[in-house]
Amino acid sequence: MKTTVQKINNLTIGFQSQKGEQISILKNISTSINQGETVGIVGESGSGKSTLALAMMGYVKHGLFTISGECIFHSNNLLEMKNKELENIRGRKIAMIPQNAGQSLTPNLKIGYQIDEALKLHTDLKQTERDEKISELLNKVRLPSPETMAQRYPHELSGGQQQRVAVAMALAGSPEILLLDEPTTGLDVTTQAHVLELLNLIAKDSGTSMVYVSHDLGAIAQVSDRVIVMYSGEIVLDGPVRSILKNPIHPYTFGLLKSIPKLSLPGLPNSMSGSQPQPGSIKKGCSFYERCEFADDDCKVNSPSLEFIKDLNTSVRCFKHNELLNLTKIESQNVKSIENKVLKNEILDLSSVSISYAKQKFLDQLLNKINDTNPTVKDINININKGETLALVGESGSGKSTILKSIAGLLKTKDGNIKFEKDKTLSNDLRQRDPSLLRAIQLIFQNPDESLNPNHTVEEIVSQPLRLYFGLKGKELKDKIIEVLDKVRLGEFYLTRYPRQLSGGEKQRVAVARAFAAKPDIILCDEVTSALDVSVQAAVLNLLQELKEDFGTTYIFVSHDLAVVRAISDRVAVLYQGRLCEIGPSNNVYKFPSHPYTEVLLGAVLEPDPDIKPKLVAEDIVEEKPPENGCSFQGRCPRILGDICKNEVPPWQTSENGNSIRCHIKIEDLKNQQTSN
Amino acid sequence: MFFLVIKRILLGLITLFIVSLITFAGVEVLPGDACTTYLERQAFGQALEACYDRLGLNVPAYERYISWAWGVLQWDFGYSLSGEMKINEVLGPKVKNSLVLASASILIGIPIALLLGIITALWRDRLPDIIISTVTIFSMTIPEFISATLLILIVAIWLEWLPGIVIVPTEASISELLPNIILPVIAISMIMTAHMARMVRSSVIQVMASDYVQMAILKGVPYWKMVFRHVLPNALLPAINVVALTIAWLLGGVVVTEVVFNYPGLGRLVIESISNRDLPVVQALAIILASIYVGINLIADLATLMLNPRLKSLQIKK
Repeated sequence: MKTTVQKINNLTIGFQSQKGEQISILKNISTSINQGETVGIVGESGSGKSTLALAMMGYVKHGLFTISGECIFHSNNLLEMKNKELENIRGRKIAMIPQNAGQSLTPNLKIGYQIDEALKLHTDLKQTERDEKISELLNKVRLPSPETMAQRYPHELSGGQQQRVAVAMALAGSPEILLLDEPTTGLDVTTQAHVLELLNLIAKDSGTSMVYVSHDLGAIAQVSDRVIVMYSGEIVLDGPVRSILKNPIHPYTFGLLKSIPKLSLPGLPNSMSGSQPQPGSIKKGCSFYERCEFADDDCKVNSPSLEFIKDLNTSVRCFKHNELLNLTKIESQNVKSIENKVLKNEILDLSSVSISYAKQKFLDQLLNKINDTNPTVKDINININKGETLALVGESGSGKSTILKSIAGLLKTKDGNIKFEKDKTLSNDLRQRDPSLLRAIQLIFQNPDESLNPNHTVEEIVSQPLRLYFGLKGKELKDKIIEVLDKVRLGEFYLTRYPRQLSGGEKQRVAVARAFAAKPDIILCDEVTSALDVSVQAAVLNLLQELKEDFGTTYIFVSHDLAVVRAISDRVAVLYQGRLCEIGPSNNVYKFPSHPYTEVLLGAVLEPDPDIKPKLVAEDIVEEKPPENGCSFQGRCPRILGDICKNEVPPWQTSENGNSIRCHIKIEDLKNQQTSN
Repeated sequence: MFFLVIKRILLGLITLFIVSLITFAGVEVLPGDACTTYLERQAFGQALEACYDRLGLNVPAYERYISWAWGVLQWDFGYSLSGEMKINEVLGPKVKNSLVLASASILIGIPIALLLGIITALWRDRLPDIIISTVTIFSMTIPEFISATLLILIVAIWLEWLPGIVIVPTEASISELLPNIILPVIAISMIMTAHMARMVRSSVIQVMASDYVQMAILKGVPYWKMVFRHVLPNALLPAINVVALTIAWLLGGVVVTEVVFNYPGLGRLVIESISNRDLPVVQALAIILASIYVGINLIADLATLMLNPRLKSLQIKK
């Protein structure tokens, strides 16, 4: 029997609404954390998972207060302790690793100072001992040259390095519990896999209990022993990781797992309808009733309580869990495979496109030329057929969004041509593009919060392209708006809403509607699902696919998420440092032989299955600039040959699967090496 | 870093050059000129010619600009019309007097503003904040000529604690000036302090809500240590520029307040020379005030550059 380190009893945290009502964000949470155990808390935004993690440190955010319940740590209730007493627990007994390390490190203080501060507070070490300890900690989180690293300011580090510093800082006090609040969310796939591996090592080494909060079931699956699923401020499922992910006996988890695109299962995942209810809006019945496929009238009136299922060692909050238990064979989940009518005529052609962010000198500006021998994006040759979905993948800094911006005319190209429908060259200057060309290419952005004007109603937003390109007015305009909104499944009553009154998924639907209102030939999708919750992501992907089938639109889909890309695209282009590495039909890019970079990316993908471990083949170094000569991936390549990779740009080779790989290693050799291990 | 400093200084000089052009051109295009104004109804014939000769007005404008600008660079603004004496001799002591007044206001105002701003932010929405915020908003909204007049009424007339107006000669030494400037300093610094305190308050509140302050709390950093190490350096940095703008804006306040208190400084000279249409003096004052404005902003920019590790390293890299 393991000892319990923290126990939470009937915890309810909420806020006072403007009408004076008490609205709960956390409802009656009871659970406990055992020594040496890693507990994953999963839920979508607004489910209360971060509030719960903060409460475990006795911290309640400004505006919230504890309505009832307690957080017991070593027989003290943290929520009733004074700040003075809490200072001795925070960082020493319970430490936090924050979501966004970049914003959680104080900008004016050096890394070394910030770690030293934690050491000074929580240990009795002397100055010299502390200096040694700082190096030791930085070494432990595998940061290069600890001594110089300690002298740096937070902004001088990359995202992954900042996250490692945050881990080092949390470890400074040798805490009994580590709380991790979405510690890998902002990071690149490869970096994320490396940070998770590090956390696993630390948990094993030190026997620290960890509480890992995330919306990402893939990450949760890799680190947790036990998983708590939260929905609308309640625990709906609590049990061992395998039981939760393989036998999800709560309809929310069941639907959630089905809505995640997986590498092992190509095709569009099933989407879950609706969105999480606003806090305080559910007065009686199950909070998942609205979105539940299994609900009946009983669920509408009565709230289920958390019930312990002995066979699975799992607690569940659902009346129907027996029904689900019989149903849970996720392997048999039905995914829609996509079949796009790709016509053989070319719609867009990029030939030797280079884009530079270098600042122009005054003289060059006058002569309107760009002098840069090593541009951010170089030598991109891609042609896209009508009706096709082409995906651009790569980590941040790979130039994928840059290429999109150039096609849209928002960024000037340095060299090369972009041709539309074979004969129309797209001008570098947006003002010189014909309105019909502008209409033909539309853009959907990553974050609908920023791409929708907050002072415009949905009607005004969708009416813009209709008025601009088709000159519609009055009733005709209104009918058309309603028609377009209907296409993205938004009813007429959305017309008068403002973006702030919509959920994340609804906002992105409005953005999709705005793009389709222009009747475009090509839609550029820039990480359109990255800002959305998993359950909403599948719905937006399905919507995009349906619209495409209706209108025969061509998509260029930029994403860092290889599973999402696999689900939606016909062809994939892999980019590293603004250079193409590999391009080919998406089924084949995901098969070996691959470019070594594709191999690295594929290895780092986290599947929501604790039995599929990521394969880490390359270090997650961040390169600031592409190399001047040779292969773009030479700095990180696990299969580097030697000088040839440093001096010569690799040739294009075509594999038997039809994907083109740009590498010095012979295709056959690549295949042998990659399939042997 | 070094080049950046040089660049900023050059930009400041260019600004001043443009200001001097505009003031010169402005005086030039006004109907009438210094001589017609000065001679009034005698402005014809020989008297006018003689005046033009004496002031050098019969040479082309660009030549006059060059010789004027050359003079300004050597602290020589030519002759005033009314007194027929060298402007720099008139200006010297007045500039000194105004600087005494302004610096006293700044030296007293800034620390008080910082203190009030920090207190209101840390005790946000509680009694200290509510009281101080009410008072600062109140004093922000009263223009200085009203608050100055009220001060005279209450302190000088009803309570009879301090003299209501300043009756020292222009050439008075600082020690003679000091007892007289208490009321003007209060009047000037009231608005400025209130303004700055509000800025500091919102800046501190913003930083207090940041992720890194939450992180410091969760790390177990004691409250006051957190305030001094994690909050204030980051909150006060953006406030430097605001302080500079407020100081520059204070120059206008000084003008009004000096008139109310009959203080022998630049402000009174501005008003007098404008009403006398003493154009050379107006021109000289414009360029002096502009220099102060540009100078203060330059200092603030450089201070921000020096203190912000982010900007500092950015420039070194380049």
